[in-house]
Amino acid sequence: MTELDPGLLGEQIAESGQLSEPDGGHEIGRARRRKEDQRLLTGHTRWTDNLQQPGMLYVMFMRSPMAHARITRVDVSGARDLPGVVAAFSGRDFAEEQGSLPCAWPVSEDIVIPDHPPMAVSEVRYVGEAVACVIATDRYRAADALEAIEVDYEPLPAVMDMREALTPGSPKVHEAGNKAFSVKITSGDVEAALRDAPVLIDRTYVQQRLIPSAMEPRAVLASTDGDTFTLWSSTQIPHVLRVMLAVTTGIPEHRLRVIAPDVGGGFGSKLQVTAEEVLCLLLTRRLGVPVKWTESRSEGNLTVHHGRDQIQHLTLAAEADGRIRGLRVELLADMGAYLMLVTPGVPMLGASMFNGIYKMEAYEFGCTGVFTTKMPTDAYRGAGRPEATFAIERIIDELAAELGMDPIEVRRRNWIRHDEFPYTTVSGLTYDSGDYEAATERALALFGYDKLRAEQADRRDRGDPVQLGIGVSTYTEMCGLAPSRMLGMANYGAGGWEHGSVRMLPTGKVEVITGTSPHGQGHVTAWSQIVADSLGVPFDDVTVLHGDTAIAHKGMDTYGSRSLVVGGMAVLQACEKVKVKARKLAAHLLECSPDDLEFDGGAFKVRGTGAAKTIQELAFAAFTAHDLPEGVEARLDSDATYDPDNYSFPHGTHLCAMEVDTETGQVRIRSYVAVDDVGKVINPLIVRGQVHGGIAQGIAQALFEEAVHDADGNLLTTTMADYLLPSAADLPDFTTDRTETPSTGNPLGVKGVGEAGTIASTPAVVNAVVDALRPYGIHDVRMPCTPERIWRALEGARS
Amino acid sequence: MPRIAITVDGIHYEEDVEPRLLLVHLLRERLGRTGTPVGCDTSNCGACTVMLDGKSVKSCSVLAVQADGCDVVTIQGLGANGAMHPMQRAFHEEHALQCGFCTPGMVMAAIDLLRDDPDPSEETIRQGLEGNLCRCTGYCNIVRAVRRGAQEMGQAVRTP
Repeated sequence: MTELDPGLLGEQIAESGQLSEPDGGHEIGRARRRKEDQRLLTGHTRWTDNLQQPGMLYVMFMRSPMAHARITRVDVSGARDLPGVVAAFSGRDFAEEQGSLPCAWPVSEDIVIPDHPPMAVSEVRYVGEAVACVIATDRYRAADALEAIEVDYEPLPAVMDMREALTPGSPKVHEAGNKAFSVKITSGDVEAALRDAPVLIDRTYVQQRLIPSAMEPRAVLASTDGDTFTLWSSTQIPHVLRVMLAVTTGIPEHRLRVIAPDVGGGFGSKLQVTAEEVLCLLLTRRLGVPVKWTESRSEGNLTVHHGRDQIQHLTLAAEADGRIRGLRVELLADMGAYLMLVTPGVPMLGASMFNGIYKMEAYEFGCTGVFTTKMPTDAYRGAGRPEATFAIERIIDELAAELGMDPIEVRRRNWIRHDEFPYTTVSGLTYDSGDYEAATERALALFGYDKLRAEQADRRDRGDPVQLGIGVSTYTEMCGLAPSRMLGMANYGAGGWEHGSVRMLPTGKVEVITGTSPHGQGHVTAWSQIVADSLGVPFDDVTVLHGDTAIAHKGMDTYGSRSLVVGGMAVLQACEKVKVKARKLAAHLLECSPDDLEFDGGAFKVRGTGAAKTIQELAFAAFTAHDLPEGVEARLDSDATYDPDNYSFPHGTHLCAMEVDTETGQVRIRSYVAVDDVGKVINPLIVRGQVHGGIAQGIAQALFEEAVHDADGNLLTTTMADYLLPSAADLPDFTTDRTETPSTGNPLGVKGVGEAGTIASTPAVVNAVVDALRPYGIHDVRMPCTPERIWRALEGARS
Repeated sequence: MPRIAITVDGIHYEEDVEPRLLLVHLLRERLGRTGTPVGCDTSNCGACTVMLDGKSVKSCSVLAVQADGCDVVTIQGLGANGAMHPMQRAFHEEHALQCGFCTPGMVMAAIDLLRDDPDPSEETIRQGLEGNLCRCTGYCNIVRAVRRGAQEMGQAVRTP
């Protein structure tokens, strides 16, 4: 089924948003304006760096200028003597108590997990690693004091290239060597599939290293009353963080409260247990005063975990008619210098997704995690799935080119048909639902595919210096992280459930508590819509609390497009439990059997009579407790945890038309169409926003962004002047639309949308660039496809 | 230490400041105007944009002493009588913010670009906001919001 997104026309969205009162059970699907906005728009924000505590001191870190070196001396005494400086410490001062930063995903039996001290004690392994810190009365004095710290290093060789790192003579990052782990997964007979295949495509793609670049720099504030500890942090994972900090620092979990106040974007970069969080906690314990640390952007580019950084070698075997026989994937994944929270798990999240939406008989995935002297990598929007999707969608286009076939036609011959769901893929995942035909058909129509192909042919014939490329990406992704049972099978250190509670207040208003921890996704608004529909209460009568372990006491937080699929479901189930309690109370007050009641429009009504009790009346009756039946306690409040049985699999078709100036290498996105199917939509406005932002971030990888190091391991892209986030002037307007195939895995029918755009858009854009350049014999351009790289590719082809 | 006189969101202050103190730190850490955030250290992101005597500046690249005698308006002083400025309302209506960290600067820059062109095209808006980075929205809805805000501000002038 195809549903036109009213969002194609801003005016229509605006109209639908004017409706303020729900008309009974129809909040879900409505383009509600966000409850979050008022505060954010008027500056009444609670960013961690805004927070002040009486007597608070400022922390700054001295960071290694060497990629790899032995620390021979650290002298902080010069800093201690300066005015306004309260203390200064080296790593050695915390060696006994700082522990090791945790890795929660040991993906293989023989994985090497090196010790990772929050502040380096004897050796540094990337530029930016903390070696000392100062604590001062203000940030200016702290910065002055850093200048007075002396550190002597004995340089060791930097290890920057993954392939070289794996050669026998390579210098070692860690004593145990440069290989962190090796994993292989096979399904079917890949050797047989590749042997004598009529078409064999062999390609190597490079996923460049990226810097996530959430707009809010990280900040941490820690305080203690001598007994309990409170840590405010710009984090996506207050709950996971609390557990891990307790384990790392030895502060008992019940005496540690973690708060994620307003968090200004994450994209996976704040899914981490950081050195600065551990050290601020230890500093407040040692000094007995509140301490705050806020990173500068340059510091953040060095020390917020990086993303991607893989070398992907693919071999695809196909029949002469384009049907895929099998696929082999050999992956090198750059871990950086240490394994952080889910560093080794990131490539494994892509392990089952390289086959994409296609049917094949044989599949093999091998991955080696490699240590280098760089900042560790970890989750970045999509985490493993963008890499996999890029590779399969690029090589499918290569298959089409090899066969002289339209890239859409090759996909049609291989994709899972809508009547074949649920479908268990060659890699063993069972896709819940989907309609690739419908999404693609809709995208082709909106894009004007045939007309653009005609224009392309015309430009090629004319030898137009500006060539037109058309890029296709028909993606799916694995969302709703995750079924705890499956995470256990993957050796992940925690479950994937989520928690939700509903408190019915005496006045009939509703307080919802969620274990998810939003940082821009609009959970307060969307969860209010779910609750309003379920309980029949007005949207405006619902509030949502989150991000404070003392209030939202259970949760698994926000990442992996999981919040709605798992957290929204937990909230819905808590609502259902409220109604079970309310029904008993209503039956008692209305003097009927619970079975005689129907719940409609926020009230329990006795069938066939006018007698009724609203949910608000019942909340008040439970509060007064004057007349409760046997076995009903004085509250309707309920809570639930939800653990899905399966992942969810959103999908869609993205099309990009790219103009490439073959004389200068300059590119311009002429049009971009995205038709996504994220299952049932709670709020189309929020979904559209997520898709827009995701597309922009995927385009950023394709065309603009790359973390660049020199041979000595210095990061050259430490500022936003060097690391090019796209601005409004660099991007076009996007045309977005949806098809809606409900997930069969949960009663809401939702699939998740946070990562879809990013996963889909990178291959669409690079496919478009390459498509424009095919007449010149070019079949790849390395990301980011800068004008220089395109120009060099053309020069190389011409000569 | 130099003493400066400065008006921020309608309140007059006299402050002794170190010559190196940045305006944004004066606003955030001395005057409690934390609505204006800091997103970078090279004046690239624009999150800290405020109005200084009616023109938008990145307050991380202005020294507090340079603002002596000036009138500063931050995102917190933009609305009047408890109501949001039309540009703030337009951002809300068009879903032009997600995490909201870039939003104060984005709103300020948007208002400023209307001084030169009260009815800007999409192209003009995109060029005009080039100095303000957003990581969440992909800018589509920001562009729509600025156009809507421009229309509403135009109507506000025309309506008696």
